[in-house]
Amino acid sequence: MIEPKHIDRGVGPYFCAIRSLIALLAGALPASARAEFAVNLPAPASALAQQIFDLHTTILWVCLAILIVVFVPMAIALIRHRRAAGHPAAKFHDNLKVEIAWTLVPVLILIAMAWPATRLVASMKDTSKSDLTIKVTGHQWKWEYEYLGEDIRFISNTSTPTTQIDGGQSKGEHYLLEVDRPLVVPAGQKIRLVLTSSDVIHSWWIPAFGVKQDAIPGFIREAWFTVDKTGTYRGQCAELCGVGHGFMPVVVEVVGDGEFAAWKQQQKALVAAATAGATKTYALAELKALGEKVYGANCAACHQPTGMGIPGAFPALSGSKIATGDRSAHIDRVMNGKANTAMAAFGAQLSDLDLAAVITYERNSWNNATGDLVQPADIAAQRSGSAK
Amino acid sequence: MNSDAIALDDHSHAPSGVMRWLTSTNHKDIGTLYLCFSLLMFFFAGALAMLIRAELFQPGLQLFQPAVFNQLTTMHGLIMIFGAIMPSLVGFANWQVPLMIGASDMAFPRLNNWSFWLLPAAGILLISTFFVPGGALAGGWTMYPPLFIQGGIAYDIAILAVHILGVSSIMGAINIIVTILNMRAPGMTLMKMPMFVWTWLITAFLLVAVMPVLACAITMLLADRNFGTHFFDAAGGGDPVMFQHLFWFFGHPEVYIMILPAFGIVSTIIPTFARKPLFGYVSMVYAVASIAFLSFIVWAHHMFTTGMPLGGQLFFMYTTMLIAIPTGIKVFNWVATLWRGSISFETPMLFALAFVFLFTIGGFSGLVLSLVPVDIQLQDTYYVVAHFHYVLFSGSAMAIMGGVYYWLPKWTGHLYDERLGKIHFWLTAVAFNITFFPMHFLGLAGMPRRIPDYALQFADFNRIASLGAFLLGASQLLWLYIVIKCVRGGAPAGNQPWDGADTLEWTQTSPPPYHSFVIPPLVK
Amino acid sequence: MQAPAEYAAHADVYYVPPPSIWPIVGSVALLTLAAGFVMVLHQMAAGPLLMALGAAILLVMLCGWFGAVIRESLSGKYDAQVDASFRWGMVWFIFSEVMFFAGFFGALFYARNVALSMLADAQLLWPGFTAAWPTAGPGMKTAITPVEAWGIPAFNTLVLLSSGATLTWAHRGLQRGRPLQLKLGLALTIALGVLFIGLQIHEYGAAAFTIRDGIYGATFYLLTGFHGFHVLLGTVMLSVVLMRSLAGHFTPARHFAFVAVAWYWHFVDVIWLLLFIFVYCL
Ligand code: HEA
Ligand code: HEA
Ligand code: HEC
Ligand code: CUA
Ligand SMILES: [Cu+2]
Repeated sequence: MIEPKHIDRGVGPYFCAIRSLIALLAGALPASARAEFAVNLPAPASALAQQIFDLHTTILWVCLAILIVVFVPMAIALIRHRRAAGHPAAKFHDNLKVEIAWTLVPVLILIAMAWPATRLVASMKDTSKSDLTIKVTGHQWKWEYEYLGEDIRFISNTSTPTTQIDGGQSKGEHYLLEVDRPLVVPAGQKIRLVLTSSDVIHSWWIPAFGVKQDAIPGFIREAWFTVDKTGTYRGQCAELCGVGHGFMPVVVEVVGDGEFAAWKQQQKALVAAATAGATKTYALAELKALGEKVYGANCAACHQPTGMGIPGAFPALSGSKIATGDRSAHIDRVMNGKANTAMAAFGAQLSDLDLAAVITYERNSWNNATGDLVQPADIAAQRSGSAK
Repeated sequence: MNSDAIALDDHSHAPSGVMRWLTSTNHKDIGTLYLCFSLLMFFFAGALAMLIRAELFQPGLQLFQPAVFNQLTTMHGLIMIFGAIMPSLVGFANWQVPLMIGASDMAFPRLNNWSFWLLPAAGILLISTFFVPGGALAGGWTMYPPLFIQGGIAYDIAILAVHILGVSSIMGAINIIVTILNMRAPGMTLMKMPMFVWTWLITAFLLVAVMPVLACAITMLLADRNFGTHFFDAAGGGDPVMFQHLFWFFGHPEVYIMILPAFGIVSTIIPTFARKPLFGYVSMVYAVASIAFLSFIVWAHHMFTTGMPLGGQLFFMYTTMLIAIPTGIKVFNWVATLWRGSISFETPMLFALAFVFLFTIGGFSGLVLSLVPVDIQLQDTYYVVAHFHYVLFSGSAMAIMGGVYYWLPKWTGHLYDERLGKIHFWLTAVAFNITFFPMHFLGLAGMPRRIPDYALQFADFNRIASLGAFLLGASQLLWLYIVIKCVRGGAPAGNQPWDGADTLEWTQTSPPPYHSFVIPPLVK
Repeated sequence: MQAPAEYAAHADVYYVPPPSIWPIVGSVALLTLAAGFVMVLHQMAAGPLLMALGAAILLVMLCGWFGAVIRESLSGKYDAQVDASFRWGMVWFIFSEVMFFAGFFGALFYARNVALSMLADAQLLWPGFTAAWPTAGPGMKTAITPVEAWGIPAFNTLVLLSSGATLTWAHRGLQRGRPLQLKLGLALTIALGVLFIGLQIHEYGAAAFTIRDGIYGATFYLLTGFHGFHVLLGTVMLSVVLMRSLAGHFTPARHFAFVAVAWYWHFVDVIWLLLFIFVYCL
């Protein structure tokens, strides 16, 4: 295993100069919420990220050196060999020795660059000897985490309110980089991720970990990280995945061992409570209230908070034949989705209670007033029905 | 040589009115059509970029819903590449290749006309998608499934549009290859051809080789969308990543298709204004050929985060890095051409010099991206956006602008306004860097591309980039003005406005006669 | 063929055709065809009509364009340099076709040798799936019974190979000034082409799987389908060449249209051999 080195901001001082220059440039602009002017990779939190950081720094220096070697002569030529300065044109147009030199020297430079990169790639690929395996599934537009071998599975949704996005409310500190339920992992352990997706390609990315891995529907891809320092780390989905692509944050909380054990207990209790809740019968108001939340988190991106959809792309649910017609057809569409469209099978993502709530909500909101109630038991019944 | 001495059988006069343009078999007219069409598309796609930058001016959603924003991004990329850069380079080929090799026209003049007139057909289809239910294409110019499978009717229209563009490109490329191979004036051996002609010969070869593969990939998309096949669907044994392999097998050579003719333009301009022959002509030719060869075996550097096996990642990293060598040779040769020349700084030269410098910066960021571990941090971030605008805007587009200034006097017979040209150059160069340099920082700091809204720590650089972009856009209006002004009138250019130029087109009048080199010149 | 005197006067002038209406007609045709096709895909009423219209315009354009080329050729406007252009043009066109098929073969190779084993490795998602070809994929339970290679496909291989031979025989006839051999050879080739297409259609009808049956069905039908389409095109072009032979357009020295179609036909032949090996046998 590679030991994390101290955080070396090799080009720091120079970046500082650039930074102040830019700050000067921007000085004329109104100050925004957080003036950061970060000009480099974020501070690494894992050994891999540290090595990537160092590799990038090295390469940057090499490129800068080449830039100088190439463009200082060019600048000299442009200044000294001007016609305006009366410089006569030489006639030469060939020099085999020089040409061989500037073919071979870059080869050597490239070999020197490729060597550390090769070693690093190999260690990034090595997912063996992990302490904990988590299955990560991308959905449009949320992440699902399943701790393999433990009974923990949950969905992590963005928690930035839409009112902050359209400007009604001032933006919070972690605007767009916050979720309702972060991934929680123990510090100092090798965490192996197995990634997949249920619909389109997403990409799970935490810059500080040096991990970015596409989640490809129907396939499993792997990645790993070990982080020693506890804290909250943020990233986002990095592969265009539809209208919610910009609103699909990844948040990981790295905690101490004790805290992690406690967190696991808590999760299991939650699961138990949800199982109990699924057999209860609810009143319309209760279901509608819960349904509105589920709708906001899962459906509103496409069908819009107004239920009017986006004509041509996402159908309106307000007044829709399915959402006002036969109940079981409605349940079926939400549970099983529709193949080859953006409408996913939510049966795999939402609990019976959530499904019941959101369907009830849809049937009794906007212009829909069916008065229908869908109970978790109805969902369970249709689940076992469709399973046969 | 007086080409009017010979009256060709039935078309010694240019037909007039619209029919001249609709039915033309004249390489100069068709070249003009290509250039005008691409200028139009450049402004259209540029206007979309202005809208993108307006939305990204500050955090939060102000102007566009995410669905619309994705349409802007996608259509901006698609139209810039297929509508602006590629057609304009073909326009240059049409005007210049026959003139530079002493041919009377292209090898297949009628086919040439068709290659052009397919473009407006495809353009109509593409732009019409803004008005169909569900809106325009929004899955990125890379068209990755399964996202692409989810889309509405616009996606089928776009597939067919790209098919038509492909037909146009393939026929245009075959025409150029055959013209160069078969129509050179006596004495013009391959190794005496102007560098621009060489770059187009190799570019055309790339086009014929890779456009059919794109056609094949999008045909599979069409089938998956409409005929129930499972090429890109794991449940049926397909694989979404397979599309990426096919797409980038086309896509990477495609980026060299957009840069090699630009290299050719720059290799023409620099010797002219340095008044010194191109340094290392032979190695330049071999360098272009090596770049073309390598471009076939580097495609998966766009896919480092898809999770290829280790061996694949390493192979594609090494081959990608190798491209720096022939490209470096080109850069070094340009600098050596300048060395001890007698340099003057007319507008085309300014653009060419800026090209050499800024393209190299873009090349270096490409090199940074070619290193797998670093790419894994940077893939799909604004660092990539910065990289490819450095190679595409300050690369291809600025070379094209330089080329337009360089040959406008030949094409129109008038000198352009040198003072305004220089102002345009400086505005463009400065605004370009204000727009795109900060994007490196944004990418490093972790801002993904293709997002309509971003976290607060990215606000400042985005604002700078947006301001730069507006200035950049406004500067191009000046360019439009300069071009129109030059077309409509100006000081007569004479046969050879640039004293350092020595290719064949300068032996012709400005503008050249409707039929030039009817009897091929003898090249010593 | 006797060249017009005016042509002979400046024989070194490359023939540049006069302005022509056909290219723009062709663009209108493709635009109409594409728009119609999209409408058909989306079940819009005007679709089929628009497609038919587009196809009709395309046909008119092809007849007009090739008619012009034939007239120019007959009136001796094409000198040796123009002839060389046509040859180069055809070579590069066939090269582009090669790359088109290379893409599909690449997809087949990738699906069989790369994607399949990755799917089998993903036991977490597809429990029990094993990497065996042919397959309809892990999510579809259909078993695939492939077409038996040594039945119709093997016979079809024979058909196409002999059509290559008859075509060469016809070419001999043309070169040696034996018009009967030329016409007979062409007619035989066309007949073999038609036989091939007929058998292929029969095979499609009898096959136990469809294009919807996973990756096997998809690659099978797309590859053989595009090949069949090329055979069809080749047969049509051969028919045109036969008619032109009957009209006496070709001389032993000048008959590029024949050569071009022959190249095309041999190319389609070679693709079939690859198909036979990679799709049917392996
Ligand atoms: C004109 C277009 C053009 C050109 C010329 C290039 C040139 C190069 N590109 Fe770029 N690239 C694009 C257009 C282009 N690219 C586009 C459009 C994308 C994004 C597509 C998308 O996803 O939408 C992209 C993306 C892209 C990626 C994927 C990024 C990602 O998505 O993760 C990579 C990764 O390797 C890459 C690498 C390179 C390299 C190594 C070169 C090299 O050719 C550069 C070589 C040049 C130099 C290195 C400079 C000069 C050399 C010297 C002075 C010699 C000495 C140097 C050394 C010894 C180091 N490019
Ligand atoms: C050759 C290609 C080319 C060129 C020249 C450009 C030019 C520009 N591009 Fe381009 N860009 C691409 C190719 C190109 N781009 C590609 C391939 C993508 C990827 C798409 C994808 O992700 O799928 C992309 C993506 C892309 C993005 C990322 C979007 C995202 O990921 O969400 C951004 C963002 O800033 C951007 C900005 C610009 C700007 C400001 C210009 C400027 O240079 C434009 C210059 C301006 C003009 C030419 C306008 C002319 C003036 C007018 C029209 C008058 C109106 C003027 C005003 C209102 C001021 N581009
Ligand atoms: C990724 C976008 C997306 C999301 C998120 C989404 N849907 Fe849909 N939904 C669609 C699309 C697209 C259709 C239309 C499918 C078709 O072509 O019939 C649809 C159709 C429906 C229909 C049928 C409407 C009709 O009249 O045809 C219902 C009901 C529905 N969705 C409910 C939901 C619920 C409930 C949720 C959240 C739990 C949800 N959808 C989330 C995209 C989405
Ligand atoms: Cu998920 Cu982007
Ligand atoms: Cu590339």
